[in-house]
Amino acid sequence: MAWQGFRGTGWRETIDVGDFIRHNVRPYDGDASFLTGATERTERIWRRLQRMFAEERRRGVYDVDAHTPSTITSHEPGYLDRDHELIVGLQTSAPLRRAIMPNGGLRMVQAGLAAYGFSLDPAVKTVFSRYRKTHNDGVFDAYPADVKAARRSHIITGLPDAYGRGRIIGDYRRVALYGVDRLIADRAAIKASLDDQPSSEDVIRDREELAEQIRALEELRFMADRYGYDISGPATTGREAIQWLYFAYLAATKEQNGAAMSLGRTSSFVDIYLQRDIDEGRLTEQQAQELIDDFVIKLRIIRFLRTPEYDQLFSGDPTWVTEALGGTGFVTRTSFRYLQTLYNLGPAPEPNLTVLWSPSLPEGFKRFCAQVSIDTSSIQYENDDLISSAYSDDTAIACCVSAMRVGKDMQFFGARANIAKALLYAVNGGRDEMTGDQVAPATPPITDDILDYETVFAAYDKTLDWLAETYVDALNVIHYMHDKYAYERIQMALHDYPVHRFLATGIAGLSVAVDSLSAIKHAQVKVLRDETGLAVDYAVDGDFPAFGNNDDRADAIAVDLVERFMAKIRRQPAYRGAEPSLSVLTITSNVVYGKHTGNTPDGRRAGEPFAPGANPMNGRDRHGMVAAALSVAKLPYRSARDGISLTITATPGGLGHSRDERIANLAGVLDGYTDAGGFHMNVNVLDRATLEDAMAHPENYPQLTIRVSGYAVNFVKLTAEQQRDVISRTFHGSL
Amino acid sequence: MTTIGSVHSFDLSTGVDGPGTRFVAFLAGCPLRCLYCHSPDTQYRRYGQPTTADDLLLEVRRYERFLKVAHGGVTISGGEPLQQRDFTRAFLRGCKEMGLHTALDTSGFLGDRADRELLEATDLVLLDIKSGLSDTYGKVTRTGRLAPTVRFAHRLAELHKPIWVRFVLVPGLTDEPANVDAVAEIAAGVATVERVEVLPFHSLGAPKYAALGLPFPLAGTAPPGPALVDRVRTQFRDHGLAVY
Repeated sequence: MAWQGFRGTGWRETIDVGDFIRHNVRPYDGDASFLTGATERTERIWRRLQRMFAEERRRGVYDVDAHTPSTITSHEPGYLDRDHELIVGLQTSAPLRRAIMPNGGLRMVQAGLAAYGFSLDPAVKTVFSRYRKTHNDGVFDAYPADVKAARRSHIITGLPDAYGRGRIIGDYRRVALYGVDRLIADRAAIKASLDDQPSSEDVIRDREELAEQIRALEELRFMADRYGYDISGPATTGREAIQWLYFAYLAATKEQNGAAMSLGRTSSFVDIYLQRDIDEGRLTEQQAQELIDDFVIKLRIIRFLRTPEYDQLFSGDPTWVTEALGGTGFVTRTSFRYLQTLYNLGPAPEPNLTVLWSPSLPEGFKRFCAQVSIDTSSIQYENDDLISSAYSDDTAIACCVSAMRVGKDMQFFGARANIAKALLYAVNGGRDEMTGDQVAPATPPITDDILDYETVFAAYDKTLDWLAETYVDALNVIHYMHDKYAYERIQMALHDYPVHRFLATGIAGLSVAVDSLSAIKHAQVKVLRDETGLAVDYAVDGDFPAFGNNDDRADAIAVDLVERFMAKIRRQPAYRGAEPSLSVLTITSNVVYGKHTGNTPDGRRAGEPFAPGANPMNGRDRHGMVAAALSVAKLPYRSARDGISLTITATPGGLGHSRDERIANLAGVLDGYTDAGGFHMNVNVLDRATLEDAMAHPENYPQLTIRVSGYAVNFVKLTAEQQRDVISRTFHGSL
Repeated sequence: MTTIGSVHSFDLSTGVDGPGTRFVAFLAGCPLRCLYCHSPDTQYRRYGQPTTADDLLLEVRRYERFLKVAHGGVTISGGEPLQQRDFTRAFLRGCKEMGLHTALDTSGFLGDRADRELLEATDLVLLDIKSGLSDTYGKVTRTGRLAPTVRFAHRLAELHKPIWVRFVLVPGLTDEPANVDAVAEIAAGVATVERVEVLPFHSLGAPKYAALGLPFPLAGTAPPGPALVDRVRTQFRDHGLAVY
């Protein structure tokens, strides 16, 4: 009954949503003309929320439940508008009321509460300081001294050692396709199959995890039951399919405040159900859109309690509810409907809508995506040709740029190492250029007046060896403890067994390091030292090729650094046999990284922000955005399988004279970049004047959204420093 | 090919120098001295770098694939490309051999110099008509005359060359209704004009004058307001032209 009309058999025998989609997807190659606007019901609910958002912006958080550590079943059902909601379920018993999740770390919870005038329930504090250890406690028990020093000096930053690691995408669709009971039975059978194996440490851990996964699935069923839904069996309609998969996602957000809580790749899965309803006359287009709008409203109000420092690092209040749309062969009407929410509800950073782009996508979809980018600056693009060949055609994006086969891959998120600062360590024999402290092992500092490329590079290579070793060491500790104290029970219940694990490292400061090396190689760089002999500044004499101009003299250095650092990472032992990977992505921490890095040999001043992700440094790309994009496209995806991020900002006039031309031209740029092997592109289409006005009058721009390194933010939620950074970044307008 | 030209720079632009994303080569040297010129650093040949057509084509080759996939092409601009006819011809021919769409961005003042071979390698002419009335034309360009541009436009029409006319709208200088009408009449009288682009004056070139130690002739002139831009676009439209 639930599966009536569905084709294919493989997915009936084993849990395999990808196989189900391949057999049943109905690709759509038309244009956007079938879409409908928001209904009055949708608008009414959204307006009410907007008033609450204004209040939330004013206070920092709208509300917190400081008494109840969150679990899948900890909170009573909550509603926005019980009689009119189509898709139900909130993280706590009221909208925008944030939950506490002390498993990740108690300090983060306490600091988050204190910052907004709340205080932690003393009983909770007692439990998590006296009786129950947290992930954060475990990590600091086991960190070696050099990791602590590297962390303190900010050469390694953003480590998920005090909060949920995130970047794990449960295959939430499984709950809709199979129902919870079938999933429990499947887990039980897997667990039973381990009974024959000797109880080694690995096997014991797996059995315990599977037991926890089964428990989490039972809690999920119970949670849904309290909302009045029996999700023990498969969903039977489009509305149920959305509701079932949303319950599964909701359970994950009740259990984990992961740094990024991606949704996965749901639109074309949902489309199969909506299309069946429409074909059978049970649903109109307006109703289908209304369901999607209601679902997206729920995704837009996912909240986590975090500290102002965390928000400063990541700009605003991100949750990275990333949804991957499209991909060759998988563009459906519902791919359009998801994008249409940016009109029906206005622009927004969440969910983080990510189009898997290929020049071979249907023209109608390409045009609509480009149009939505021009109108809202709210979507990002990733290269479907690269992703589908490196992974599979059922791949989603964790966080910003990390491809994961849905339900098959997970990753150990590893933030990033600052390779620009590492270059300064190489010059200074491992001492920190800002504090003078010995952080990396002491080596003879470079004493030349004028830096010699070969000498510097040899020292840099050794510093990167140390950095890779120390960095992976930190990650191994973090993920051991996260598995132990803050295991993602429900998300891992929605993965295959055994799961494929990535150890996702990252680098920041690529373009600063490249330009610095290029300056040393092609110009004269004189070292200025303080009285203790510490190199604190550099005087550059002469021109040098900079990254971002499609100039191989600089770009080849960038390619080499990425391959070199990845090779060093590969040589480290990884926890649980994870496959190492690397990203060139900073989120918005490029500002904070810059703040903690001294003067660099490229002429960048101490404290100045780095460029975001793999972007060229501000103002050094002299031939326009296409030349910059082609430099970035040269970075080898095979050595940066966790993703390479590029953010471009164009003015409307910089894309063409008329709306039609702008749409066609932007689609052309995306085709050309993807064809050149570019992996990711954030597209902003904005006027500088608009951003400046929004800085001065934030109240007029509550929904102004801009893309920054891998995700989107509300511009008005950025710190003034980040706003200035965004504005000063090259605007690729036309002169 | 060893033809040497004086090249100021190149850029990749989208949607503003012909269709799609384009490799735009800026040559140095121009016979005109337009008051509103936004690139005074291309007015003299000595401001450019001596470059062979082959070397510039090597630079284009780095973008060839992208330009094709993105449905763009190459635009040769300036300065005035026809002041370096041999170089321009060699460059455009090289681009055609790569299979790229080519555009020539010119004032037409030196249109007589464009020979058959050069125009055969040109798919589109971006024709900047500075003014429609002879005296205004002289005032705007300081060193130019209108007649050669009109003559060039008609010659292009005879050769069935598509033309995009461009008109820079400067308040108090080119905005007289009679002047605009005159441009529109010229454009409407040329069968191969596909569109007219009205480009509102801006003062973003001012820092370049400062860097050269020159006064910006239009310092103090504001960009045209939306009402004026609308009026001028309407004037062109009233002549049956497609206006952007």
